[in-house]
Amino acid sequence: MTTTRNGPLIYRQSVWTRLTHWIWAICLFFLMLTGLQIFNAYPKLQFGDQSGFEFDNAFLEIGARRSEVGLTGYTDFFGYEFDTTGILGVQGDTVQGVPGALTIPSTRDLATGRLIHFFFAWLLVGTLAVWLIASALNGHLRALAIRSRDIRALPSDIAAHARLRFHHSRDYNVLQKLSYAGVLFVLLPLMILTGLSMSPTFNATAPWMLDIFGGRQSARSIHFLTMLLLVGFFIIHMLMLVAAGPLNELRSILTGWYRVDADQKETDHV
Amino acid sequence: MFEQINRRSLLRHGLMCSAALTLGGCKIFDAARPNDSAMRNFFERANGLTYRSQRLLAGPNRLAPEYTEADIRQGMRPNGSTNPDGDDYLTLARDNFADYRLTVTGLVENPLSLSRAALMAMPSRTQITRHDCVEGWSCIAKWTGVPLSLVLDQARPTAAARFAVFQCYDTIERSLSGIVKYYESIDLMTARHPQTLLAYGMNDAPLPTANGAPLRLRAERLLGYKMAKYVHTITLVDSFANIAGGRGGYWEDRGYHWYGGI
Repeated sequence: MTTTRNGPLIYRQSVWTRLTHWIWAICLFFLMLTGLQIFNAYPKLQFGDQSGFEFDNAFLEIGARRSEVGLTGYTDFFGYEFDTTGILGVQGDTVQGVPGALTIPSTRDLATGRLIHFFFAWLLVGTLAVWLIASALNGHLRALAIRSRDIRALPSDIAAHARLRFHHSRDYNVLQKLSYAGVLFVLLPLMILTGLSMSPTFNATAPWMLDIFGGRQSARSIHFLTMLLLVGFFIIHMLMLVAAGPLNELRSILTGWYRVDADQKETDHV
Repeated sequence: MFEQINRRSLLRHGLMCSAALTLGGCKIFDAARPNDSAMRNFFERANGLTYRSQRLLAGPNRLAPEYTEADIRQGMRPNGSTNPDGDDYLTLARDNFADYRLTVTGLVENPLSLSRAALMAMPSRTQITRHDCVEGWSCIAKWTGVPLSLVLDQARPTAAARFAVFQCYDTIERSLSGIVKYYESIDLMTARHPQTLLAYGMNDAPLPTANGAPLRLRAERLLGYKMAKYVHTITLVDSFANIAGGRGGYWEDRGYHWYGGI
């Protein structure tokens, strides 16, 4: 990887951006681990309005069965069954879908998992609202706007990222804009709306939203799959952080100050 | 130079921290498990916000989605108690609940004792709705019963009444300290909702034992555990703080939230 980065320090991230970023990070950590606790109460994913007990509409199922070789865990994905003993379904003497190391609380406790899940769901929604208002007022939303030069730069930007060659500029590059806007305007709203669509009270308020998602079990499945996309974003986010220079990147999201490449001009917009 | 030295240690510490956090550190949040622990009380502060939002979003009359005959693709999945074994219940069941009485008492001007026949003689409502279990599954069935609002109209709750508490025949738990009977409670907005029924029929047949015979609650905008089965008494109260664990229901006493709408 080539990093020039001997240009000036610039003030890149406002306090609103930094604060909301870290609150989201905490929220998503708790939401994922309590979400897996909730998933463990019924470790199956289905499409449609209801769950098939006398018919099969599951595309993912984690379970356990006892055979002559002892307790085995299995994961069924679209009819293909995998032995996942030790990881999914059975961990030692414990029968549960996802292992306790990935759930909050660490043992089966649906009530507490739900309690903490909804607490951080509120915090996430509140933080999104604060971010949206602050970003509209301080111009940060414009930093995420995709412009025609971004579209033109897309092929070369993809090529540069693929070779781990990063430009440290004042503005977000087009892949950053696409992924951040994708998380903030697509994935997180999708999480909130599919989560609400699992609520029978909210279904009475907005039955049309249930129809959009194709029923309550579909909403539950989309909620889970969107979580996987967010985990994928987190992994790439961490890889990019390390590859682009973790100290400079961390400094910008902690203090706001970011060192740009020497060929970057100091312009006054953020 | 400063950056060069620290980048490696930062990376190493970062990886160690994240590994510790995901592999074992989460156990510290197990402190939120016991009722009335400091951490749990902190998280429970969000419950009031959720309940108020739920009431605001639901309103008194918005209906839960109703489905069609074609959506009834299976029997109704029973959960919790499926076969009460108390002598009082078994005696009633032997005579097909001919001697069953629903008692309506507490903060009412006109206490009631209604037979199953009397309940079935009242105007009825039939609805095909989706039952959502707190565990995550859903099941669609057809329910027939008398709207609870009609029973309340006869009983005339006093101005002080705020909640309807449902007492049930089924023993949900046996412990060293004795047997625990199921109970639940709802607010009067839910009690008077047009889809809130005292159901005696399911899928065009008498309500089966596993699903709560002879009489169960249907509150279609709430989760399954709110809908008490095997109901024998409805008590109108201004507070449920002095009933059983004081949190308004069997599962609520064990940490599940009372508002029950999500």
